[in-house]
Amino acid sequence: MSLQPQALTPDYRSSRLRSPSHKLLSLAPGAGELTGPTFGHDLIGPNDNNLIINYAAPGQAAIGEQIMVHGHLLDGNARPVSNALLEFWQANAGGRYRHKKDGYLSPLDPNFGGCGRTITDADGYYSFRTVRPGPYPWPNGGNDWRPAHIHFSCFGVGWAQRLITQMYFEGDPHIPLCPIVQTIADPQAIDSLTARLDMAHTEPMNFRAFRFDVILRGKVSTLFENKLEGN
Amino acid sequence: MTRFQSASQTAGPYVHIGCTPSFAGLENMYGGHDLGADIFSPDTPGTWVTVSGRIFDGEGMPVTDAMLEFWQADSFGHYAPQGGSEGWGRRAVDAQAASYSVNTILPAAVGDEAPHINVWVVARGVNLGLHTRIYFDCADNEQDPVLAAIDDPARRSSLIATRDGDTYNFDIHLQGDKETVFLNV
Ligand SMILES: [Fe+2]
Repeated sequence: MSLQPQALTPDYRSSRLRSPSHKLLSLAPGAGELTGPTFGHDLIGPNDNNLIINYAAPGQAAIGEQIMVHGHLLDGNARPVSNALLEFWQANAGGRYRHKKDGYLSPLDPNFGGCGRTITDADGYYSFRTVRPGPYPWPNGGNDWRPAHIHFSCFGVGWAQRLITQMYFEGDPHIPLCPIVQTIADPQAIDSLTARLDMAHTEPMNFRAFRFDVILRGKVSTLFENKLEGN
Repeated sequence: MTRFQSASQTAGPYVHIGCTPSFAGLENMYGGHDLGADIFSPDTPGTWVTVSGRIFDGEGMPVTDAMLEFWQADSFGHYAPQGGSEGWGRRAVDAQAASYSVNTILPAAVGDEAPHINVWVVARGVNLGLHTRIYFDCADNEQDPVLAAIDDPARRSSLIATRDGDTYNFDIHLQGDKETVFLNV
């Protein structure tokens, strides 16, 4: 079963007119696919990976359940991808995005921007602090609600590994109901986008930890044998 | 050896919050500097040009929430020879017209590949980021293996930017009669 979503997934209505109808043209990866931009650790400010305070007024903090999200960025051979830029964005604890196009009636939190970033360390490890985002309704023709989720943008070693995905939370009853999640046919692939409560790293009287690993396409040298599934 | 890979999910309409926060209205995030605003630093040698265009859906409507990323070789045909992010850029398209514009240098050919800019497209409704390429109508594209693999001349031309003075125009059509050729890289 395909690990990647098809382009046309009619239950997710926005895909109907935004999905190419031609098959993708396969090509052998060359210099442009095997290389990619890299970003130095000096790019990252001290609060870039703390969404609780990185938009807050001095001495203030975002409202919501405080959490840490952490894990590893790996390639398809389970090797760590080090020094890779990860960017995150999410709704606030009430399910509202700080974006001019989001008109959901749930209020903005003046101390929450919903934007963060970090660079993986030598072991491919990353972590960030935030508040748990709320579920939110969205227009898809019915009574559709997104499960609580955090968007991830991931760079790898090669341009062909570029990935944007979403992280869900273990036990969310909206996961099986969501047409965007269900663009992925393989239940195991959905499961791997679901972060697990991690009591071992949960700090007593402070925050809960959730563990989430991201696996990019296989080792760059084997990209050709390891085409994106589903095309 | 695992063959597993994390599944893609749409970037959604609010991708700007995470990737171009100033564009999204979070003015002071990251010092007010959106990553990828410049593909090359201004002193980079080469022929500086503007590449611009719009992005459309299957009914010809503008895809106003798209984000584009660019990755290209320099004027010597090298990708980021010093490492770093030179040669990479990012644009949120305009929220009304779905237009974009970047200033960059013309890349040189790389091996048997004609000069081109790699483009990655994400948007609401796009489940898996789409790869394509911008070639240039002034260049010798005859021997390029990707263009040569496209049988239909009309489809081949979807990858070739057309020159108008110092500006190259390159529109992207996600679907329909003018559908852009997308690549499984
Ligand atoms: Fe979202």
